[in-house]
Amino acid sequence: MTPIEIDTLKKKAVEIRKHIVEMCYTVGPERKAHPGSALSIADILAALYFKEMNIDVNHPDKADRDRLILSKGHACPALYSVLYLKGFLTRDELSSFRKINGILQGHPDMKGTPGVDMTAGSLGHGLAAGVGMSIAAKMDKRDYCVYVILGDGECQEGLIWESALVASKYNLKNLVAIIDKNGWQSCDKVQNTMPSLEPFVQKWISFNWNVIEIDGHNMEDIVSALCLARNHNARPTAIIAHTVKGKGVSFMENDNSWHQKALTLCQYEQAVKEIGGA
Amino acid sequence: MSAKMRSTREAAGEAILELAREGADVVAISADTSKSMYIDLLTGEYPERSFDTGIAEQSMMMMAAGLASTGKIAFVASYSVFTSMRCCEQIRTFIAYPGLNVKIIAGIGGLSAGIEGVTHIATEDLGIMRCIANMAVIAPSDYYSTKIAVRAAAKYCGPVYIRVGRDPSEDLFDEKYQFEIGKPVLHKSGKDVTILACGLVLAEVFKAERILESEGIDAGVIEVHSIKPLKNTEIILNEVLKTKRVVTVEEHNVIGGLGSVVSELICGKGYIQFEKLGLNDCFAQSGTPYELLCRYNLDAASIIKTIKNII
Repeated sequence: MTPIEIDTLKKKAVEIRKHIVEMCYTVGPERKAHPGSALSIADILAALYFKEMNIDVNHPDKADRDRLILSKGHACPALYSVLYLKGFLTRDELSSFRKINGILQGHPDMKGTPGVDMTAGSLGHGLAAGVGMSIAAKMDKRDYCVYVILGDGECQEGLIWESALVASKYNLKNLVAIIDKNGWQSCDKVQNTMPSLEPFVQKWISFNWNVIEIDGHNMEDIVSALCLARNHNARPTAIIAHTVKGKGVSFMENDNSWHQKALTLCQYEQAVKEIGGA
Repeated sequence: MSAKMRSTREAAGEAILELAREGADVVAISADTSKSMYIDLLTGEYPERSFDTGIAEQSMMMMAAGLASTGKIAFVASYSVFTSMRCCEQIRTFIAYPGLNVKIIAGIGGLSAGIEGVTHIATEDLGIMRCIANMAVIAPSDYYSTKIAVRAAAKYCGPVYIRVGRDPSEDLFDEKYQFEIGKPVLHKSGKDVTILACGLVLAEVFKAERILESEGIDAGVIEVHSIKPLKNTEIILNEVLKTKRVVTVEEHNVIGGLGSVVSELICGKGYIQFEKLGLNDCFAQSGTPYELLCRYNLDAASIIKTIKNII
């Protein structure tokens, strides 16, 4: 990647963040969304959708496309924003988030929203679905990758580790789990809620996964980790991305009251200014 | 009527293998249940189509969702208690909600698991599955009807739950058995009472009908293999409105299963005497399937006694 290409991806991340805060503002206090968790994955989604993933807006269901499962489905304003920027959604559709008769449900709905590969929102389920998709790729001799974005708190769910075992058993080299390790969950810090989730990296290694640890907001790091993951020829890959919940908006960063809250107009204007969006 | 003894779980395993042989894009996932659910039959010929998550049913169900999302017909095979309860959320949110082609073979259902005790006896599964939107819920009653039900499920667009049994049971039908998901089967029209049943207990209903006939009571028998969807309801209504007496028979809690389906259907249709045979909102206990059928008034003698009480 040239510095210019990296810079382009960073600008995409800015656009994603801009749309996240806009959605979390316009959705209003009655339907408040989850801005903090969405902002922490903006850079990862920019790299995936604008660099790494083989997808085609004109053929959203093509069989050999790469797949993405947003297992931490509450971060969907980030996913919806990137799908809008890729052309899967219109501006009007983006505004229908959490609204009656809209196509953007409170959590991702694979049936109702183009570009969404798997329903999500009940934590702990995405990796197991990703295992199924990866096995299908292997059976059909296709080389697509399946990306699953997990929260670190979400890894308290037992099903994550059941799936990690199965992925390892079947050597699913096309499966990439990206853990958005922002250190927070709904009620508290992950380390307070479940200190024994650490040592986290070692857990994945002991499940026989290929593990890459990165700064989840460093675009060069993200791009090179995704490249390594795609080319790994034996095992599933876990990219453990150290991130900041609420990244890009000073008053949200590491303030967990922004786990689920609507922005006021004043906060929205401040957020847009800080993110750098027009 | 032949007297061959084969289990319905074996029939399901054979049907999946036949589908693979015919070129259907099927896969099967078990959770340390490949032998007990006869998925080994598929594994033997098509190892690339068979997967085992180990003792991890939720993982099995979600893998099936992932596989089905790519266009495959994904069978899962485990026991009714686990598929319907441990995997209830996986089925509801990730399979039924998006309408994925996952076909659940739910083994050792109803009282067929009897000897294992309550942990393994599923008497809530039909009701739990029935109240999930998009789910088709089927309880076939012998080897042949199971085989054809599994084949129909593979062709059906959307998720299907098929309850099968454990022990070899008598064949009630043969290759000519006609099956359509949703369509009840009128085995015999009756004048005095209409018996509606699903699953393996249909064998007891047939026995009861024959004895009643010899005693001059004309009982009609309708097999409601599809708890949901229920189509062609005129087949049921015509009989019931004629006899004005109904008995439902199921290896299930009387709440939520076939008895509820039929009562919902005939509610408001006039005065009809109605008896629901099943578990009266209680848990079962360890015993052979036949001991339990007798204990919970589901054997032929109990069915006859119930009918004589309302005639």
